[in-house]
Amino acid sequence: MRFPSLNRRTLALLAVLIPLAALFIYVAMRSGPLTPIPVTVTLVETRSITPALFGIGTVEARYTYKIGPTVAGRVKRVDVQVGDRVRAGQLLGEMDPVDFDDRIASLGAGLKRTEAAALTVKAQVQEAVARKTYADAQARRYEHLMQTRLVSEEMAGAKKQECDAADAGFAAARASLEAANQASASLRADRDGLITQRANLRLIAPVNGLVTARDADPGTTVIAGQPVVEVIDPTSLWINVRFDQLRVSGLIAGLSVRIALRSQDGHELGGRVFRLEPLADAVTEETLAKVVFDALPKPLPPVGELAEVTVALSGLPAAPVVPNASLQRVEGRMGVWLIQNNTLRFAPVKVGATDLDGFVQILDGIQVGERVVVYSRRALTARSRVQVVEHLAGVSP
Amino acid sequence: MISLAGRDIQHAWGKFVFTGVGLGLLIGVTLTMAGVYRGMVDDAKALLDNSGADLWVVQQGTLGPYAESSSIYDDVYRSILGMPGVTRAANVTYLTMQVRHGGQDVRAMVVGVVCGGAGQPGQPGYLVSGRRITRAHYEAVADIASGFKLGDRIRIRRNLYSVVGLTRRMVSSSGDPMVFIPIKDAQEAQFLKDNDAIVQQRRRTAANPLFNRPGVPGLLDAVIASQSKNPYVNAVLVQIKPGLSPEEAAEPIRRWKRLQVYTRDQMEEILVGKLIATSAKQIGMFLVILAIVSAAIIAFIIFTLTLGKIREIAVLKLIGTRNRTIAWMILQQALALGVIGFVVGKIAATIWAPFFPKYVLLVPEDAARGFMILMVICVLASLLAIRTALRVDPAEAIGG
Repeated sequence: MRFPSLNRRTLALLAVLIPLAALFIYVAMRSGPLTPIPVTVTLVETRSITPALFGIGTVEARYTYKIGPTVAGRVKRVDVQVGDRVRAGQLLGEMDPVDFDDRIASLGAGLKRTEAAALTVKAQVQEAVARKTYADAQARRYEHLMQTRLVSEEMAGAKKQECDAADAGFAAARASLEAANQASASLRADRDGLITQRANLRLIAPVNGLVTARDADPGTTVIAGQPVVEVIDPTSLWINVRFDQLRVSGLIAGLSVRIALRSQDGHELGGRVFRLEPLADAVTEETLAKVVFDALPKPLPPVGELAEVTVALSGLPAAPVVPNASLQRVEGRMGVWLIQNNTLRFAPVKVGATDLDGFVQILDGIQVGERVVVYSRRALTARSRVQVVEHLAGVSP
Repeated sequence: MISLAGRDIQHAWGKFVFTGVGLGLLIGVTLTMAGVYRGMVDDAKALLDNSGADLWVVQQGTLGPYAESSSIYDDVYRSILGMPGVTRAANVTYLTMQVRHGGQDVRAMVVGVVCGGAGQPGQPGYLVSGRRITRAHYEAVADIASGFKLGDRIRIRRNLYSVVGLTRRMVSSSGDPMVFIPIKDAQEAQFLKDNDAIVQQRRRTAANPLFNRPGVPGLLDAVIASQSKNPYVNAVLVQIKPGLSPEEAAEPIRRWKRLQVYTRDQMEEILVGKLIATSAKQIGMFLVILAIVSAAIIAFIIFTLTLGKIREIAVLKLIGTRNRTIAWMILQQALALGVIGFVVGKIAATIWAPFFPKYVLLVPEDAARGFMILMVICVLASLLAIRTALRVDPAEAIGG
């Protein structure tokens, strides 16, 4: 009678202890250094990839006109507001002329005076001409009479002297006329110069454009060259794009691009590389390029808006390709972990072009069809035990 | 030969097993606490491993970039690349901040890395999903502990980033998950404040008559532009030629570049010895107290278990059982209790460890050491019980 009861107790004890021991062994194997590392693998396949470049830039106007006075002065009026469209030649504003108009009036009056003086001199010339004509005729008559000895030589000489005096008077009157004319011309030139300077105080739009800044309001004193109004040519909007120099190979003018403006998340516009700047930014280590829109977006993006630019390069010839997640650097060498017969082997590789989707061409080091580790739960070493899984636990596929 | 201990355990196996399980849970807590401590140290080491660097070049006179803030010009790496023994050098920035995703934010360490592809210093060593950063802006690789998924759009300061890859065990020394973003963005994130702050800064600058002089048009714009630049990084991570000793490569940089350089050993000393020293000691102290308390409880349990059997022991003595046999029985029971406790504790610790918010590293050596200590405690505790048992007067079996 005792044996079965003892047996039952032993069984009950074992029923608790054996699962406990089993669980312990399982736990010991599943955690700690003995655990195989789950990895996912992919086959090296040969395919063509299309590398692309990615840069960011800001919308800029190709032509910006800063319109201001050429001499220091005070702004008298500004006729346009930011956002106004202006036509070439349109008056945008004017600087205070101060005494320009008075000086022009003064010169005008002076001119009139010299012109009147010139008329007087002209009359004097006419008088001199009349006197000279009479003196000439008298001198000739007395000369003739002297030859027929009707008058004395002394009288003829007196007439000749009168004639010479009339000639000199005529010359003097003509010189006076010339001087008066010159004085008028000088005053006229002075006045015209002032009128031109006066016109220079008017701020005129050089092109059809859009007012982007109104830097000074009437009454403000500005110095020579300081802009009062800024006008851009809205049809000349482009993007000044910066590309990281690490990833800029293959960028040339004319490539088509996709432009994503920050304000239009998700919506992409077409464009092309207009120019690769010959000067790179040495400080930020970026290469600069200008990208133009295929068609200007409506409404126009504000100047200064951030834009992402993706440049698609031409497709490369097919070559072995692996995901970039599989590339590792082990002891200074770039390579991938291969799985051969369930063991790991590190294969150093030579890496070629990459695309934006994370695929890398392998130029040398592995063959098509080999199994390459893509993801692993821990860092791998040549001695790691691995377990190939479909996708890692805890990670959505 | 009949095993007295076995017979006794069978007699009240439920009591025995449940005592063992209770003891086990206590041991589990102790093991977990050791795991928490190990995890803390491992987090610090993971930070160093993940950076993939042999040398850390930081601002002179600082313990940066992890223990102290450090900032050096971002073109310093060029001159470091020219130093003997250096094969790769890359800028890196670290910034611990809240990363917003949806309506929530996650505490994370944002690491700015040079997007030169895999194997560059600072890049995550391996991924568990997705791909590495391929665009020089607005892409992120996040640690899986951050809870982000592939394709998530996360906000770091001013910009939105797409999560393109996930990695694992890439944490800061305080266990915050890392989020890797391109360095240009990280510099901006570290420096550029929120829009309000920028506007206020511009307004302040404009209000300063030194910077906004009427006679110098363009000065204000120039000053503001210079204020909106950040040509700094926190450190340069350097990989050296294989076979070269780190100190050999570090010394010329220290001497000629006038920068502080730390080797892996020095960095570990800074992280473990300085950065996490206090919290590690805190946990260590708790662990010591917990171990002492556990030992005391184990001793009391074994002692009371023996006291509960004092009548039976008296009977055994009465029927002439030898003292050695009784002592062996008590010792065996104590050891068996210890083994059950250890097994249960190890299982419990392993099961609940992954649910801790920070990394809990259960080291097999710790478990082995714990097992040895547990056995010693069981032996010592049973000695006390044995002494009491052997003093029992056999008359007690028939008395009272």
